[in-house]
Amino acid sequence: MRFIPHSDKEKEEMLKEAGVATINELFKDIPKEVFLKEELGIGKGLSEIELKKHIEELAAKSKSAKQLKLFLGAGCYNHFIPSTVSAITGRSEFYTAYTPYQPEISQGMLQAIYEWQSYICMLTEMDLANASMYDGASATAEAMMMVVHATKRKKVLFAKELNPEYRAVLQTYANSSNLELKEVALEELEKEIGDNTACLIVQNPNYLGKVEELKAISEQVQGKGAALVVAIAEALSLGFLDTPGNYGADIVAMDVQSFGNPMGFGGPAAGVIACKDKFKRHIPGRLVGKTVDSEGKEGFVLTLQAREQHIRREKASCNICSNQALCALAATVYLATVGEKGLKEIAKQNNENAKYLAEKLNGTDIELETENFFNEFVVKTQGAKQLQEKLLKKGFVFGYALDEERVLVTATELNSKDEIDELIEAIGELK
Amino acid sequence: MDNPEDRKYTKGHEWAKKEGELIVVGITDFAQHALTDIVFVELPEKGKELEKGKQMCVVESVKSVSDIFAPVNGEVAEVNSELENSPEKLNQAPFDSWLVKIKPKDPAEFDSLMSSQQYNEYVAGLEH
Amino acid sequence: MKLVFEKGMNLSEVEVIRHYSTLSKLNFGVDFGFYPLGSCTMKYNPKINEDMAKLEGFTLLHPLQPVSTAQGALELMHNLEKMLCEICGFERFSLQPAAGANGELTGIMIIQAYFRKKRENRSKILVPDSAHGTNPASVSVCGFEAVEIKSDKDGNIDLGELKEKMTEDVAGIMITNPNTLGLFDQNILEVCKIVHEKGGLVYGDGANMNAMLGICKPKELGIDVMHLNLHKSFATPHGGGGPGSGPVGVIKELVEFLPIPLIEKKGEEYVFNYENENSIGKLRSFYGNFGVMVKAYTYLKAIGAEGIREVAEIAVLNANYLKEKLKKHYNLPFDRVCQHEFVLDDSKMPNGVTTNDIAKRLMDYGFHPPTVYFPLIVHGALMIEPTETETKETLDEFANAMIKIKEEAEKNPEIVKGAPHSTPVKRLDAVKAAREPNLRWKP
Repeated sequence: MRFIPHSDKEKEEMLKEAGVATINELFKDIPKEVFLKEELGIGKGLSEIELKKHIEELAAKSKSAKQLKLFLGAGCYNHFIPSTVSAITGRSEFYTAYTPYQPEISQGMLQAIYEWQSYICMLTEMDLANASMYDGASATAEAMMMVVHATKRKKVLFAKELNPEYRAVLQTYANSSNLELKEVALEELEKEIGDNTACLIVQNPNYLGKVEELKAISEQVQGKGAALVVAIAEALSLGFLDTPGNYGADIVAMDVQSFGNPMGFGGPAAGVIACKDKFKRHIPGRLVGKTVDSEGKEGFVLTLQAREQHIRREKASCNICSNQALCALAATVYLATVGEKGLKEIAKQNNENAKYLAEKLNGTDIELETENFFNEFVVKTQGAKQLQEKLLKKGFVFGYALDEERVLVTATELNSKDEIDELIEAIGELK
Repeated sequence: MDNPEDRKYTKGHEWAKKEGELIVVGITDFAQHALTDIVFVELPEKGKELEKGKQMCVVESVKSVSDIFAPVNGEVAEVNSELENSPEKLNQAPFDSWLVKIKPKDPAEFDSLMSSQQYNEYVAGLEH
Repeated sequence: MKLVFEKGMNLSEVEVIRHYSTLSKLNFGVDFGFYPLGSCTMKYNPKINEDMAKLEGFTLLHPLQPVSTAQGALELMHNLEKMLCEICGFERFSLQPAAGANGELTGIMIIQAYFRKKRENRSKILVPDSAHGTNPASVSVCGFEAVEIKSDKDGNIDLGELKEKMTEDVAGIMITNPNTLGLFDQNILEVCKIVHEKGGLVYGDGANMNAMLGICKPKELGIDVMHLNLHKSFATPHGGGGPGSGPVGVIKELVEFLPIPLIEKKGEEYVFNYENENSIGKLRSFYGNFGVMVKAYTYLKAIGAEGIREVAEIAVLNANYLKEKLKKHYNLPFDRVCQHEFVLDDSKMPNGVTTNDIAKRLMDYGFHPPTVYFPLIVHGALMIEPTETETKETLDEFANAMIKIKEEAEKNPEIVKGAPHSTPVKRLDAVKAAREPNLRWKP
């Protein structure tokens, strides 16, 4: 087999050194009755030529965003990825390394993570950020658990316009840990929030695309000794909107797929938790810190590890170990490439394209529901699902249907004005 | 470092010393050695009820997390919050760096703790 | 090296590439040398996997685009699930968990849901002291009490202690087999039987699956629910700390608790099935780390049935070969046939040279150190997993370096205690990092 380098002669020599006559003798501890006598039914191995053909055929069975015109977001976004990203993440010094447990030979990844933590702090105006979580949804659930542990309170509220994927993951964690998880309309927060409330989770922009006003909410929440957790599914919005730190968030749980990670059918990308200093001892996941070596030279290490599962063991509040380091690296390279100015420009372009799309759709008999949005919004139209089906035949994925008549529609920098005009034309033809 | 004779000791390597009505608690030199470089101390809240032999505070080194146990039943009267910013004092001067002052429930409990001589013998036994 | 921000907030492309390319050169990966990190299975990552995962028919798919336009992706996931079921003997797999620890969480939640449905109040889970390091935390974050079970003198689970602790308030046991000593538990069938007789379930931590591929099926051992690490046994790269993927397989009785959605084939079409009555729900968004699944699937198709068994055979041969070479020089606390890895310790080292010193000195010889100070049951442990993709020549070179370090420890201990000498930085001050945390750059 091409990934195993041993010749028969070498195998012989090695068996001799190992003090056995056959390889099967090395498996003598395995009970006879379970030792497999036949090959597994997983098929024969393919040559690289056959393999490539097979996988390419599978890939060709789907329609990619190159073949479809996507006006779809809802927690995963089709953004442009500069070539610098794969040039760096494709370096096997990075991608074939393990978690940087041995800092002297892992300074590259450690410094990149430190830069990532810094970027996330700058973007969110939080005091610290971790080395990454699996995705935005699990980061939000872990943020909830972190506040529950820190405050020892067991009631958690979430604003009702929360992405259903995030909501589902929160529910899974809450069921397991017997938390009281409750949906709340922000206007009615006062009725639900109390001394036993650990936190309020609000997605911003919310699931329906609306940019929330959270300054007063944050004061209301903190007045009860609870924390405001802001969940961000569209990280690019930070290039356009006020920062969570500025409107009073205590914790930010974010998905960073939008920064340099392809949609990839939902993964892998990365999530992250950023927070205020007072939660430093409670933040889950890995943290990289700056220090010096024995000769006073600056360097980086994994730090505050006593919070983590491998040391705190059964007393740990989170079990995360491997995170999404390479995806966080992609995001870091993306941010370095586009720079401060570029990020703002791309974000602005998203907003302009979305506004253009909204305006054009309003010209048809489709009604705009969301006001004050970033790059996605809800529209209302009779027979939404039928419209989507008809548009799909013309090569358009027209948003995500929330119900029979509401559709969540998205435009990014990749949906050009021409493409939007084509969509509007296609809708015109159908109506 | 010698274990001072002016205080009592526990098998968990805490020292306890009378100060008026309160009992001052810290960790011994043996403990700080075993814990290695202490990087963080998590102190209890003032007023917290403490149960003898149960967790009172937590100290972290780079590679370990350890509970420090209450030597007697009582209530947290004072905590040494100076340690939050300079945990290294527990390594540098363990017998001069206290963690918690306890208002004991039953002052007689203090007397049942080990004397320095008993603790010396106990530690000697562990080292063999 | 300067931070990227110190060079400016709006850099040219060449500055960005030079910065991160230079950083990459400070990093050690499998492509540059031997990486015997125990229980992490740092095998070679075939290049075709990377190419296949980059195909636009995979990367440019939106998770919510109509399923009719994503059939290739569903077919791949369906095929991968079937292969994993065959390898392990399980009824179904969920590919959703994003990493091993996420899989553990899924598995423990499944056990929790199983007993909740039966209205049995079981509050404890047994964790052997030779289990994987994440296990106690996985148990306790779901609200169970982790109860440790000791190993016996041969490195197996102590049956006496197991019988005593396996009471009716215990939901089950979390087993790592082969365990973190690299040993196949000689009483595994008996262990599972004891747990099952008391109504408990057996969780298998698949971190060490590499040794069992094609050799035996975990289900046949008595395991009821198990996660695999695609980034270990199935050759997907670890990415400097992820992304991984931790699919969870279960026996028939536990299928109803698996996360949603499951992938089904209806006629000629693949669909997502959200109707799994007693599902624990979702552990992360969408369907998991799909890109990692593409790599693992490509790998399995490359090696096939005849190759998969050879993976385990050679992984075990490599480990035993290296163990025999090194046990003449280092203390081997459990001296018996090992599986994919083995554990040495520093008890025979002269002049106060420790495991950490050995690890650092190995860097000077061009090797990544083994896992150190784990498992906790061996004081000063060096846990060595060579994997099947390393040549005899590499193993010989590593053994020679280890033997040389032992000699240095005798004759010139300072060179070992002061190591590494050839790396971009010397030993870093972890105490300072923790006492005065500096976790971000400030403008």
